Amino acid sequence: MTPGARRAVNVVMSWLAAAAAGLVVLPLLLILAFLLWQGVSAVNVDFFTHLPRPVGEVGGGMANAIVGTLILLVLAAALGLPVGILGGLYLAESRDRRLPWIARFLADVLNGVPSIVIGIFAYTIIVLPMRRFSALAGGFALAVIMLPIVVRTSEELVRLVPASLREAALALGIPQWKVLLRVVLPTARAGIITGVMVAIARVAGETAPLLFTAFGNRFWHQGLDQPIAALPLQIFAYAIAPYDDWHRQAWAGALVLIGLVFVVSFAARVVTSGRFTGVR
Amino acid sequence: MAVVAAVPRVEVQAAPRNLGDQVLRVVLRAAALTLVLLVLAMVVAMVHASWPAMRAFGWRFLVSSTWDPVAEQFGALPFVYGTLLSSLLALLIAVPLGIGAAIYLAELAPAWIRPPIAFLVELVAAVPSVIYGLWGIFVLAPLLRVWVQPVLGKTLGFLPLFQGPPYGIGMLAAGIILAIMVVPYITAVSREVLLAVPNTQREAALALGATRWETTRIAVLRYGRSGLVGAILLGLGRALGETMAVTMVIGNRPEVAISLFAPGYTMASVVANEFAEATSDLYLAALIEIGLLLFAVTVVVNALARLLVWSVGGPVKAIRE
Amino acid sequence: MADGIVVRDLNAWFGTTHVLRGIGVTIAPKAVTAVIGPSGCGKSTFVRCLNRMHEVVPGARVTGSVRVEGMDVYAPGVDPVQVRRKIGMVFQKPNPFPTMSVFDNVVAGLRLGGVRERSVLDEAAERALRQAALWDEVKDQLGKSGVSLSGGQQQRVCIARALAVEPEVLLMDEPCSALDPIATAKIEELILELRSTLTIVVVTHNMQQAARVSESTGFFLLGELVEVGVTRQLFTNPHDKRTEDYITGRFG
Repeated sequence: MTPGARRAVNVVMSWLAAAAAGLVVLPLLLILAFLLWQGVSAVNVDFFTHLPRPVGEVGGGMANAIVGTLILLVLAAALGLPVGILGGLYLAESRDRRLPWIARFLADVLNGVPSIVIGIFAYTIIVLPMRRFSALAGGFALAVIMLPIVVRTSEELVRLVPASLREAALALGIPQWKVLLRVVLPTARAGIITGVMVAIARVAGETAPLLFTAFGNRFWHQGLDQPIAALPLQIFAYAIAPYDDWHRQAWAGALVLIGLVFVVSFAARVVTSGRFTGVR
Repeated sequence: MAVVAAVPRVEVQAAPRNLGDQVLRVVLRAAALTLVLLVLAMVVAMVHASWPAMRAFGWRFLVSSTWDPVAEQFGALPFVYGTLLSSLLALLIAVPLGIGAAIYLAELAPAWIRPPIAFLVELVAAVPSVIYGLWGIFVLAPLLRVWVQPVLGKTLGFLPLFQGPPYGIGMLAAGIILAIMVVPYITAVSREVLLAVPNTQREAALALGATRWETTRIAVLRYGRSGLVGAILLGLGRALGETMAVTMVIGNRPEVAISLFAPGYTMASVVANEFAEATSDLYLAALIEIGLLLFAVTVVVNALARLLVWSVGGPVKAIRE
Repeated sequence: MADGIVVRDLNAWFGTTHVLRGIGVTIAPKAVTAVIGPSGCGKSTFVRCLNRMHEVVPGARVTGSVRVEGMDVYAPGVDPVQVRRKIGMVFQKPNPFPTMSVFDNVVAGLRLGGVRERSVLDEAAERALRQAALWDEVKDQLGKSGVSLSGGQQQRVCIARALAVEPEVLLMDEPCSALDPIATAKIEELILELRSTLTIVVVTHNMQQAARVSESTGFFLLGELVEVGVTRQLFTNPHDKRTEDYITGRFG
C-alpha cells in the first residue's frame, strides 16, 4: 500500500471507531431526550404527593412508590452494608488460607448472577416461609445484589491505604483492631462511601427481583412485612397497561427514577474527587 | 513431681493476644462466612424448590416446547431458544460497536475527548432496565413496526429471518434493546484490556513506521485477543440474564420461531411474567428450575470471561457494574 | 547520506517540564555515536526526538530542527510515520510481538509497507537476520513465537526487525541494559559490524560500552549537551569539567 493509502486507511478507521463510540452513546441521549419530552409534563406536585388512582381514573401520583423505593433502599443498606464492608475488610486484612479465596470467588460469582434469580432466592427463603410478599423480602433481594459490589470496593479501598500508615500506628503500640477501625477505615472512608453510593444507585433501578418479593402496592406502606410499592415496579406496571394516562405517569416516574440514579452517581463522584485526597 | 521446662514457642503468625483483636477477627470471619453461606444457600434453595419439576420432567424439560400451565406440562425449550437467539442477535450488534468504541477510547481518540465519552458510556450502563423497556415499547417498537420491518420485509423478505407481520414488538426489538444495554459493558472491559497492553508493544510498532491504526491492529489487538473474547463473553453473560427491557418488548409468546419479526420469550422473561401468578406448586417449581438453569449458564459464562480477561493484564480492577 | 543527522536548537518538554535545552549537534553518517549521561539527563528523550517518538507521549512537545539526509523531520507537513520508516529504533527491553513468529516479527515493517511477495520477504528476513548475527541460530526456528527465544536473541530479533526495512539511521536506546554480559557482548560485536553501513546512535549508561563501540560520544547532563567529540578524546581528555566529573565517577 502506498503511504497515502495507509494514511487514508488510518483516517477511515479512526472515523469508524468514532462512529462506533457515537452509536454506543446515542441511545442514552435519545432516551434522556424522550424522558424529558414525555415525562416533564406529567411531573408535578401531584405526582410526588398523591397515591395512584383506581384503575381507569385519570390523575393521581406515585408518591407511595417513591417512598417505597426509599424504604427499600434503606432496608437494603441496613442488611447489606455491614456484611459488605466487614467482608471487604476481611478480604483485605485476613491472613487465613482458604476462606478469603473462597469468599472472593463466590463474591465474583454473585456479581454475575442475574437479579431475577436473586429475586427467586429471596422468594424461597423469605416470601415462602412468611407466606406473603413483603418489603423485607424486597430489601433482602436488593441487599444481596448490593453485597458483592460493596465487598469488592471496600476490599480495594482498604488495600489502598498505605502500609506505612498502618506500620506507624502499630509501632506506637496500638492494637491491630484499633488500627483497623480508627486508622485504616477512616482513611478509606470516602472511597467506601463512593462505592456504597454507586451500589445504591445500581439497585435503585432494579425491578425484576422486586416483582415477586416486594410485589408492589397501590397504597402507602403498611409495615415491613407487607407488600410495598417501588418506583421501578410502578413504572413497569403502568407501561404495560392500556391506559394513556398511566403511560404518561410511567414516563414521569422514569424521569424521577433516572434523576435519582444520576444524582446519587454524581454525588458519589463528587465525594471521590473532593475529599479522597489522602489516599491515592 | 516432674517440672516441665518452659519450651520457647515459635510463633509463625502473630496470634492476637488482645481481646479486641480476637473479637474483630471473629466478626470479620463471620461476615465472610455469611457471604459464602448466602451463595451456597441460594444454590441449595433453588435446587430444592425446583426438585418437583426436575423429578417430573427430567431432561425432557430442556427439549420440550410445551408450556401449558393448565395441563401442568412444562418444557423450557422456547425460553432457552429465545434467550439464546436474543443474546446472539444482541452480540452481533454490540460486539463490533463495543470493540470499535473501546479502540476509539483506548487508542485512537484525541486525549481531551476520552474522559467525557468514557463517562457517557458509563452512564449508558447506569440506566435502569425498566427505563430501556419503556423506551422500547413506546419508541423503538413503533419505529420498527412502521419503518424498519416493512423495509426489511420487502428487501430481505426472501429470508425466513425477515418474514411475518411487522408487529414492532418481537425478537428483533429484544435483540436491539439488549445490544444497547450490553454494549457499554463490552466497551468498558475491552477498553481496560486494551489499556493493559504494555506500551512497549505500541512503541515497537510505531518505531517501524506504523500508523496509529496499524499499531492498534498489529500490536494491541493481537496482544489483547483473549481479553477481548473475555469482554464479549461478559457481554453475553449480561445479555442472558437481562430481564425487564426484554420482557417489555419481546412479545412473550412461548414458541420457537425462525423469524426475527416473531414474538418470543426468554428464560428471564417467563419468570418475570408468570412467577407471581403461578398457581400450582409444579408451575412454580418449573419456573424456579428455569431460574436455576439461567443461574448455571451465567455463572459458567462469567467465570470463563473473567479468566480470559485476566489473562491479558492480570486481575482487572473490580468491574463497576 | 553524507550529511548524517544535523540537530539545531532542539528543545523538548513533557508538559511544562523542560527536558531538553537547545541541543545542537552534527551526528556523523555511517558511524557510531554514543550518548552518555546520568539518569534523567535527557539522553533517551534526545534520541526519541530524532525519530519523532517523543511526541507520541500525551503532553510532549518539541521545537527545533532535526535534518536527516538534508530533510528536516520536523518541517510542517512532514508525516511522522514516514520519518519512522527511515529511522529504525531498538528499545531497552526487547519487545518482539508475542503473537507473531520470529519470521513475522522480522518482516513486520515490510508487510506494513505493503510488501506481500513471499520470496521478497524471505530474502529480506534472511538478510536482516544475518546482519543481526542471528541467522544461524534461528534459521530453522523461524516459525517459533517471537518470545520463545532468550533475552539476547529477542533483542537481536528486534534489531533484525528494525534493519529489515533498510533504514538510514538506527537508534538504540540502552539496548543491552536488560541483557546478560554474553548477550551484551554479542550485540556490541553486532554494532561494530554494522558500523560502516548505517548511522548508529547508541544511548548507554555504561561508559566502557561507549568507549568500545563508538567513534564519537556526546555527554548529556540535566537536559543539556555538555560536550561532544571523538570518543577517545572525550574519555581521556575532556574539555568540560562536568564531563570529567562524570567520567571519573564523581556522580551518576
